[in-house]
Amino acid sequence: MELIAIFISAVLVQNFVLYYFLGICPFLGVSKKIDSALSMGLAVTFVMSITAVVSWLINNLILIPYDLGYLQIVSFILVIASLVQLVEMFIRKISPPLYQALGIYLPLITTNCAIMGLALIAALNGYSFVETVIFGFGSGIGFTLAIVLMAGIREQLDLSDVPEPLKGAGIALIVAGIMALAFNGFIGMLT
Amino acid sequence: MTTKTIRAEYLKGLWDENPVLRQLLGLCPTLAVTGTVITGLAMGLATTFVLILSSLVVSSIKKLIPAQVRIATYIVVIASFVTIADQFLKAFFYPISEALGPYVPLIVVNCIILGRQEAFSSRNSIGRSLIDALGMSTGFLLALLVLSSIREILGAGTFLGYQVMGPWFKPWIIMILPAGAFITLGILLGIALKIESKTKRS
Repeated sequence: MELIAIFISAVLVQNFVLYYFLGICPFLGVSKKIDSALSMGLAVTFVMSITAVVSWLINNLILIPYDLGYLQIVSFILVIASLVQLVEMFIRKISPPLYQALGIYLPLITTNCAIMGLALIAALNGYSFVETVIFGFGSGIGFTLAIVLMAGIREQLDLSDVPEPLKGAGIALIVAGIMALAFNGFIGMLT
Repeated sequence: MTTKTIRAEYLKGLWDENPVLRQLLGLCPTLAVTGTVITGLAMGLATTFVLILSSLVVSSIKKLIPAQVRIATYIVVIASFVTIADQFLKAFFYPISEALGPYVPLIVVNCIILGRQEAFSSRNSIGRSLIDALGMSTGFLLALLVLSSIREILGAGTFLGYQVMGPWFKPWIIMILPAGAFITLGILLGIALKIESKTKRS
């Protein structure tokens, strides 16, 4: 039950984009077409799941036992940066079609604050190993859901008459606000 | 090499190249910590600290950094200063550190800071990088202050915790919710573009 609650909370209630405001750059940058939004979402889900596992191991097997909590920021960011590179090389070697689909999005993910945020929030909440994995995967699905919905809305938005100064990022943020309001309704699911 | 005056170098961060309103950088912390003025201010100051010291270090060691590992080097420099800021807030301003939660460590992935190292500090003198960092962080701080003031006044009727609206005022709860952050910033971006297009035409 606890695990299901963590999953639902990560996907809908505490959505990474709409609740924690993490990963806004790709959310605004790669949400013009549904196809590319979906690829970006899948790439993020993939990296998030791996990051959750690796950051948990580092935090609980190295940093906490040796009382190195102050190295958390430096070690997380370095591990994430090298992890993304490694994942990129790995996918290119074993699955060229998958690399074709995710390729250009993977390097972008290194600087995606959602990945770093995931490692930090999981550590802050003190999740167990299984909980961290569920949390990482759920957060990725939540990100995918938000970015794909956003792309769907923006494809429609192209046809509508938006005031000149609001074109681009302005209207996208206002739409995201309305989406956040809708997602706010999911809070009732967990209480 | 640019031949901008020191004054212009500083002022460009405030409006022409304002990181939030014009370059759309660092939007995550901008949206996340502007529910109240005090958290917005704390985040602005912490980012200022990290940006200025990182620019100082990167511009002074720029000749020693091999081009292939420059990004990794910048990240380590930035992460060190973020750690200092984080530990400092935890030690002396614990309630604020609690309220900011994961967003202080997340300064490390703030694209304004990495962006300035790559675009400016790595190819300009120490003095110029310092002025540039000062200008950019003032611009960031200003954007955070405007956004958090609007959200706190309308969302809670207070400013820095003091009541500013009369008893007739009913707080707009939406402004402190995430939705209020997105909508207010969207409108602010629109206003900034409008002002810019007006001044360009005249």
